[in-house]
Amino acid sequence: MPLDNVVFWVFAPLSVATAIGMIVVRNAVHAALFLVVNFFTIAVMYLLLDAPFLFAVQIVVYAGAIMVLFLFVIMLLGVDRGDAPGERLLGQRTTAVILAVAIVAELATAIRAGIGFTTRAPGGFDAVNPGGNPSALADVLFRDYFFPFEVTSILLIVAAVAAMVLALRRSKSLSQREIETHAGDDLEAYGLAAPGAPGTVGEPSR
Amino acid sequence: MRTPVAYFLLLSAILFSLGTASVLLRRNALRIFMGVELQLNAVNLTLVAFSRMHMELDGQILAFFSMVVAAAEVVVGLAIIVAVFRRTSTTDVDRASVLRG
Repeated sequence: MPLDNVVFWVFAPLSVATAIGMIVVRNAVHAALFLVVNFFTIAVMYLLLDAPFLFAVQIVVYAGAIMVLFLFVIMLLGVDRGDAPGERLLGQRTTAVILAVAIVAELATAIRAGIGFTTRAPGGFDAVNPGGNPSALADVLFRDYFFPFEVTSILLIVAAVAAMVLALRRSKSLSQREIETHAGDDLEAYGLAAPGAPGTVGEPSR
Repeated sequence: MRTPVAYFLLLSAILFSLGTASVLLRRNALRIFMGVELQLNAVNLTLVAFSRMHMELDGQILAFFSMVVAAAEVVVGLAIIVAVFRRTSTTDVDRASVLRG
């Protein structure tokens, strides 16, 4: 049995098991930790598929940054906040499970009809990666996909600003309360415009 | 590479359906969000597998973009969840039933 087959059959069941664990476990923190392990197994799959750069990015971005963000928010909102017991919709659980199995069956049929279960990728992928995978990816990214790359950078900036706007809401109304109590004071000291100025009104304090 | 490409695609299909099941079964907004992340990862795996099969790097580039968009989506989504939590004191998506802010 070749080595990559062994690695696949070790990590693929682990991947499925951690995904199931993420669903069934009650505690949200445990679910997040299961998801981290799942991301690691997917990173190993990238390694098997000759994508070492994506392997690194998967670990740094997903298992690192995104899951830390998730855990941070879970801790912020309260750890033991589980699901309310009982079903809100009658038969929702059974329907969901049936639907999930149906998706797997459908996709398996599509894969079988499309490429078959025994197709192996052709060898010699190194020829596509002159100078190594990251260097070849950079070639493609900055030549053929340069405009999408720039658009993505704008998207990231917009997302960062959006997160700040959503997060600053309370401190904004707090500042408005400050404005009301210090109505006679010099507002410039707070770095804020007068309450009637555009941009500061329209957000009622709670 | 000896492992057939279809195995990776099947693994991806299973992970995607498990992510879907998580979205459908859970009512905590954070758990639903984790299910969405799982779905995104499953699709990324498909992209990389097809990239390997067709001997092209474009699939890897697309997976890379998908990761970036997923990062942006997580930032905004979690901020929205926190904002909803501040307003309604719950992360149960059934309780947050009004669109009014």
